[in-house]
Amino acid sequence: MQAQTIYQDPILCRTLLERLNVALNGRSMRFMEVCGTHTVAIFQSGLRTLLPKEVTHLSGPGCPVCVTHDAEVAAFLDLAGRDGIIIATFGDLMRVPGPGGRSLKHAKAEGARIEMVYSPLDALRLATENPGDTVVFLGIGFETTAPTVAATLLTAQQQRLDNFCVFSLHKLVPPALRTLLDSAESAIDAFLLPGHVSTILGLGPYAFLAQEYHVPGVVGGFEPVDILLALCLMAEQLRDHAPAVVNAYPRAVDNAGNPRARALLEQFFEPSDALWRGIGRIPESGLALRPEYEQLDAVRRLGLCLPDVPPLPGCRCGDVLKGRITPQACPLFRKKCTPATPVGPCMVSTEGSCAAYYKYAEQ
Amino acid sequence: MDAYLLLDAGSGGRASQRLVNQCFLRHFANPLLERLDDAAMLADLTGPLSMSTDSYTVTPLFFAGGSVGTLAVHGTVNDVSMLGARPRYLSCGFILEEGLPLPTLERIVVDMAEAARNANVCIVTGDTKVVPRGACDKVFINTTGIGEIFVTPVPSGHNARPGDAVLISGAMGDHGLTIMGSREGLSFLTDVASDSAPLNRMIEDVFTAAGEVHVLRDPTRGGLATTLNEIAEQSQVHIELDEACVPVHEAVRNGCSFLGLDPLYLANEGKCICILPEEKADAALAAMRSSPYGKEAARVGTVLEGRAQVTLRTPIGGHRLLGMLEGSQLPRIC
Repeated sequence: MQAQTIYQDPILCRTLLERLNVALNGRSMRFMEVCGTHTVAIFQSGLRTLLPKEVTHLSGPGCPVCVTHDAEVAAFLDLAGRDGIIIATFGDLMRVPGPGGRSLKHAKAEGARIEMVYSPLDALRLATENPGDTVVFLGIGFETTAPTVAATLLTAQQQRLDNFCVFSLHKLVPPALRTLLDSAESAIDAFLLPGHVSTILGLGPYAFLAQEYHVPGVVGGFEPVDILLALCLMAEQLRDHAPAVVNAYPRAVDNAGNPRARALLEQFFEPSDALWRGIGRIPESGLALRPEYEQLDAVRRLGLCLPDVPPLPGCRCGDVLKGRITPQACPLFRKKCTPATPVGPCMVSTEGSCAAYYKYAEQ
Repeated sequence: MDAYLLLDAGSGGRASQRLVNQCFLRHFANPLLERLDDAAMLADLTGPLSMSTDSYTVTPLFFAGGSVGTLAVHGTVNDVSMLGARPRYLSCGFILEEGLPLPTLERIVVDMAEAARNANVCIVTGDTKVVPRGACDKVFINTTGIGEIFVTPVPSGHNARPGDAVLISGAMGDHGLTIMGSREGLSFLTDVASDSAPLNRMIEDVFTAAGEVHVLRDPTRGGLATTLNEIAEQSQVHIELDEACVPVHEAVRNGCSFLGLDPLYLANEGKCICILPEEKADAALAAMRSSPYGKEAARVGTVLEGRAQVTLRTPIGGHRLLGMLEGSQLPRIC
C-alpha cells in the first residue's frame, strides 16, 4: 500500500522525528492519548517503534466501550431481559462482559431482542417497525457521538415516536483529564488531545490543562505526520516551560469547535456524575437527559438504576486506563484475557489499549 | 417451469426431473453428466490427485464481479490448483430454499457453467435438495473438485524456508469490500468489484516458469494476514511483509479507511500467495503478470528465520505484528 497522502510521507516523518529528538534533548516525556483512534493509529502505522526511547506512550481512557462501567453493563443486561424491550446498540458493546462474564451476546442467545445498529437513527426505524415494543438505544460515546444521539432524539420528537428512548451512558473527556491529573499516581507530562472530540469541543474546554496544571495539551490528527507534529509541539512546550493548549489538526478542528452540535447537545442533555470503569465516579463527567425529556429518557421512563457490582477479579483495566501500567503488566494479559476471551473492556473493543497491544506489539 | 421453486422439485419425482433437465443439464451440458447415473465415471485421470471441497453461501447472491455461482466454481478450482494440480472435474450439490425464484437459480447456474468453461473443468455429478422456507438462506452450493497433480514435490504451507520470497498475484481486499459494500448498501463503493477468478492456468504458467514453488495458498477468508500467519505457524518461520509493496486498489483503500477495515484481512477470491526460492521470484512474477488475473502481481515480503509470526514493515519505516484475525472483521462473506 503506497503512502496515501503527505501525512504518511516517510521523509516528512523522519524530519519530524529529528525535530522531536532536538526538542527532547535527552529529557524523557510521558504523553497520554485519550482516543481509541489514536491508540490504533500509533500502533498500526508502526510509529510506536520509531519514537525516541525517551518518549513513553500511555493510552488513557479514550475508548467509550472501555470506560463503560460494570454497573452500567449490569443495568443494560437487566433491561435486555425485560418483555417488550428491544435494545439497539453499537456492535462493540455486544461483547463487553458484565458481572459474571455475561454480555449482550449471551442475553441475545437467551432470547433477548438486541439489534446492532450503525447509526442511532437506525434505532428509530426499529421503533417504527415495532410499534408494540419499546426500543432503547444504548447511548455510549464521548462528545463526538453524543450530538448524533441528540439529533436522533430531535428526530424522534419530530416524528412523535412514543416507543423510543435512550439510556444515556455518554462520557465527557475534559473532566476525566482533570481527574487523571489530580490522581497522585499518574505522571503525565502532556496530553495528545483527541481530534474527533475536539471537532465538537474546540480548544476552550481544555484550557485548564495549561492554566491550572501546567501540562501541554495538543489536539492531533490521526496520520503519522499529524501525531509526530503534535509530539514535537508538546516536547517544545516542555523544553520552553511554556505549556499551552494548541491545535495541531486545523484541517479538521476549528479552535471554536462546533457550536451547533454543542447547542443540540445542550438542548437535550445536562452534565451529570458518571461512573468510569477503573476510575470510579467523576463529577459532571456524564450526560443525562434534561428533566423535560422524561419520555425519551430510559432511566426515568423504565425506572433504571445502576446496581452495586463487585469489580472483575484480577482485571487491571483501571490501572491501564489511568496510565499506571501498560497492558503487558496485567497478570491476565495474553493468558486469561485475550481478544477471543476478553476479561476487561480494554481487551473487548478493537480500539482498547489491551487489544491494540495484543494485536500489534511484537513480543 | 414455474416462476419459483416448490418443495416438489426436491422430491425425486417428475418435478425434480424437470428441474434437472431444464436447468442443470441444459447449462452444464457434458457427456458424463448427461448419463444421469448415480455417479460419474472418471476414466482418464492419472497420477497423484488433488481433491478439495467447499460450501458457498453469500449475501447478496449477485454482486459486482461475480455471484455465488462464480465463487462456487472458482473457489474450488483454485483450492484444487494450490497443490500444483490441473483441476478436471467438479461435483455440485445445491440446497435450495422453497420459493426461490427460478430465474434466480438459472442465473446462478449460467454463471457456474460459464465459470466452469473458462476454467476448463466439467461439472459431472450433482445433487439438489429443496428445503422448506426458512431452513436455508436462498441458495447453498457445495462443490468438490478433483485434479491431476503435475509437480513434485507438491507445494504446502509447511514448506516455507528462510530466504524465500513472498509474492502475491494482485491487489488485496476487492472481494471482501465488494460484499461488505453491497450488503450494507454503501452506494459510494461504485469502483470496487469482486476479483472472483479461476487461477489454474496462471498457476500452471508459474510452475513452468519457476520450476520450484514451496508454498501456494489462496488468501480467501481472513485475507492475506490470516493466511500468512497460518503459513508461518505451519512452517515455523517468521514472515516479514513490506506494507508499501502490497497492492491495494485506491477505491478499496478509501472504502476500508471509511469503514475502519484493514484490507489485509479482507477476503480475496482470485488471488494467490506464492512462496518460492528468491532466485525464482522474478520468473514467477513475470508468469503471473502475463495472466489476465495477475497483472498487478508483486513481491511483498521475505521469509526469515525465527519465531513463527508475521510482521509488517510500515510505509513510514516502523514495524508491527500482523496477527491472526480475532473473531470476525466482517460477517460471513463467502
